Amino acid sequence: MKISIERGTLLKALSQAQSVVERRNTIPILANVLIEAEGANVSFRATDLDIEVVDRAPAMVERAGATTVSAVMLHEIVRKLPEGALVSLAEDGAAGRLTITAGRSTFNLATLPKEDFPVMANAEYASNFSAPAPLLRRLFDKAKFAISTEETRYYLNGVYLHVSTGESGPVLRAVATDGHRLARIDAPLPEGAAGMPGVIVPRKTVNELRKLLDDDEAQIAVSVSETKVRFATPVLTLTSKVIDGTFPDYTRVIPTGNTRRLEVDAAEFARAVDRVATVSSERSRAVKLSLDEDRLVLSVNAPDSGAAEEELAVAYGDERLEIGFNAKYLLEIASQVDRENAVFLFNSSGDPTLMREGNDTSAVYVVMPMRV
Amino acid sequence: MQALCRDCLTRFDSATPKGGRCPACHSPRILSHPELEGLSIAHMDCDAFYASVEKRDNPALRDQPVIVGGGTRGVVSTCCYIARISGVRSAMPMFQALKLCPKAVVVKPRMAVYAEVSRAIRAMMEDLTPAIEPLSLDEAFLDLTGTARLHGAPPAAMLAGLVARMEAELGITGSVGLSHNKFLAKIASDLDKPRGFSVIGRAETEAFLARQPVRIIWGVGTATQTALEQAGIRGISDLLRWDRRDLSARFGQMGDRLWHLARGQDNRRVQRDEAVKSISKETTFDTDTTDRDLLDGHLWRLAEQVADRAKAKDMAGRTVTLKLKRGDFSGLTRRHALDSPTQTADRIYREARALLDACREPGPFRLIGVGISDLGPGSAADSTGDLLDPDAGKRQAAERATDAIRARFGRDAIIKGRSLR
Repeated sequence: MKISIERGTLLKALSQAQSVVERRNTIPILANVLIEAEGANVSFRATDLDIEVVDRAPAMVERAGATTVSAVMLHEIVRKLPEGALVSLAEDGAAGRLTITAGRSTFNLATLPKEDFPVMANAEYASNFSAPAPLLRRLFDKAKFAISTEETRYYLNGVYLHVSTGESGPVLRAVATDGHRLARIDAPLPEGAAGMPGVIVPRKTVNELRKLLDDDEAQIAVSVSETKVRFATPVLTLTSKVIDGTFPDYTRVIPTGNTRRLEVDAAEFARAVDRVATVSSERSRAVKLSLDEDRLVLSVNAPDSGAAEEELAVAYGDERLEIGFNAKYLLEIASQVDRENAVFLFNSSGDPTLMREGNDTSAVYVVMPMRV
Repeated sequence: MQALCRDCLTRFDSATPKGGRCPACHSPRILSHPELEGLSIAHMDCDAFYASVEKRDNPALRDQPVIVGGGTRGVVSTCCYIARISGVRSAMPMFQALKLCPKAVVVKPRMAVYAEVSRAIRAMMEDLTPAIEPLSLDEAFLDLTGTARLHGAPPAAMLAGLVARMEAELGITGSVGLSHNKFLAKIASDLDKPRGFSVIGRAETEAFLARQPVRIIWGVGTATQTALEQAGIRGISDLLRWDRRDLSARFGQMGDRLWHLARGQDNRRVQRDEAVKSISKETTFDTDTTDRDLLDGHLWRLAEQVADRAKAKDMAGRTVTLKLKRGDFSGLTRRHALDSPTQTADRIYREARALLDACREPGPFRLIGVGISDLGPGSAADSTGDLLDPDAGKRQAAERATDAIRARFGRDAIIKGRSLR
C-alpha cells in the first residue's frame, strides 16, 4: 500500500478512529487502526469490539492495499505535522513497517497483519431511515445527562431510543434514567422509522456519535436491528452493539397528577442553586426549595460548614411547599432549558417532580426529591 | 535511683535497683529504674481480659480454669491464667483447648459487657492524657509526654495509679509497659504479666533487644519469621549485622522497618483512635455450606446488624462489601459502590444479595460477612428515592418504624420472617 493524502483530511479522519480505541487494551490489535486504500479512497477503521468506526477520505492511491498501525501514535504524528503538509503512507510488508513521510520528517511504525483485525459482522437491519443531524443531536444531547453509571443496572447505561406516541402523534423518543432523574425527549418520527425496534444505545456510543451530528445540514442514515445500530454519513459510519437488556417501563415513573406549578427563569434559577450549594461540603449537596405565593427561597444548611439562602421572584400560586433536591440534579435539568422559562410541577415533598420547558411536552424531566 | 511504690504511689530514692520495700507502706511492689521519670510512652494491656470479667461477675469461677470462646467450631478468645498452666492459648481451637484442660469452664463471650468495662477503662485513661490509641477493647497506647507538670507526678506514677484504680473500681488487672516509643512499650507490657509494670529505658534499649528473638517484633508472624530464618536471622542480634540496604532489598519495606526496630527506633506517634473506616459483621457456620437459602438468611441478619451499628453511630456508607470464605479458608470479597450513601438494612441486604447472586462460586463456604465503607454522616443516608423502585420508600419507612418499636420494646419485639431462616 502506498498513498498520499493532505494532512488536514487525514487528521480529521483519524481523530474519530483514535477516540474509539480504548487506551488500555489486552488485545494488541485493538489499539490499531486498519487502513485500507483502494481506487481514489482510503478508509480508516477502528473498533473496541462494541463500537466500530469507519472513516473514508479521498487520497492519491499509488498502490492499493491494507495494513494496521497504532491509532493513537499515527494520530499524534499527524497532529504534530505542519498544516498543509502532504503526507505519504507507504507500507513495507516484508519489514512489517509503515513509513510516514511529510516534508523532511520520516517515521516508521510497526504494523500488525490486516487479517488479524476484527471486522464487525454485518447485521441484517430491520429498519433503515434517514434523519437530520439536529434532530438526533437534540434527542441524545438532552437525554445524555441522565444515563446511569451504575453497572448493576446495566440496562440503564444508555439511551433508550424507540418509537412511541407523543401528544401530537408518533414520535422518535429517547429516554435515559439513573433512578434519581429521568429525561424523556421526543422528536417527530422520521419517515420510514415506524417499524424500528427499541434499542438501548450505550453511553460510549452516544458520546462517539456526537461528532457525527455537528453538521446542521447533514442527513444521517440510521439502521437499527435488535442487536446493532448504525449511524452513517457519506464519509463516516459508526456501528455499535446495543445493550442487551430490557429498559424498564418508564411511563409509570412520569407523574401525571402533579398540580403545583412553579415557573422560573431557568438560567437565573441555575445560578442561584449553584451559589447556595457552595456552602455544602458533602458530595450530595442538598438544596431546599421553600415555595410561597410568587416567592421561592433556596437554602442550604450544612451543620459543619455553614448556611446560605437566596430568594427568587417566581410565578407560584399554590399552597406553601418545602422540598429538597440534590443540587447537581437541579443544575443538570435546569441547564437543559434554553428557550423559555422552566416549569416545575410538584406534588408533595416526597414525590417525583416534573420539569419541562414552558408548555413544551417534547422534553420532559423527572427528578426525585431528597429528604432535607 | 528513682523509685515508685506501685501500691501507695509514694516516690522515693531507692539505693538498691531491685528488692526492698516501700518506706511508706512497706509494700514489696517497688518499681525502680534510673530513667523512671523520663519515659512517657506506655502500653497498657489488661490481663486475660474477658476471663477476668467473667471471674469478677461470677466468683464461683475464681479458682477454676476459665475459657472464653464459643461454638463447636469456635476458638479460644481468652483463657485465664489457670487455664494457661495447662497450655491453653488464645486463638487455639476449642476442642484442642479442652483436650489440654478438660476441667475448663467454657463461657460464651458477652461482648456487650466487655465493651462496657472497656469504656470505663477508657474513661480512666482520659483522666491521664488525651493521646490514647486503643488497639482493642483491652489494650491501648498512651502518650503522657508533657503531662508531668499538669498532674504533678511523672507518667510512671500516673500509670501505676491507673492500674490500681482499674483493680479497685472495676476488678480488672492490667500490665503496663513504659518506654520511649510504642514498639518498646508494647514489648515491655508483656514482660511481667499479669499485674506487671516493666520499664525499658533508652540506655538499656540496644542491649535488651539484642537478647530477643525476632518474633518479639510486632508484625513478624510465622510467614515473616520463616523468611527471616531462611536468611539466617533468628534473633534481633542477627538483624543488627545486616546492612540497611541489604535488608530493604531482601524484605522490601518490612526490611527497612526491621532495621530501625532492631535498634529500638520507632517514631510512630500515639494516635487517637482514627475515624471508623468501615462497619462490618461476619459469621462462621457450624459446618461449611453451599445452601444459598441459608447464606441468604445470614446475609439479612448481618445486614441488619451492620445497619444497626451504622444507625447507632449516625453514619452511612457508599460501598457495600460481601465477604465469603471457602472451606479451605481462602477468601473472596466483592464490593459495589452506590450512587448515594446508605444505612438501611434493606439497601445493604439488597446490594449484598446482588453481589452474592453475581458470584458464580458454588462453595462450600465456611464464613459470610457484610460491610459498608466509604463512610459519611448519617444525615445524607438514603435521602433520594428511587424512581424505578417506588416500593423502596415504603420498605425504608417500614424499617424506620421497626427501629422505633425495637427501641421501645427490645430487639426481638419485631423481626422479619426472613431472619428466621
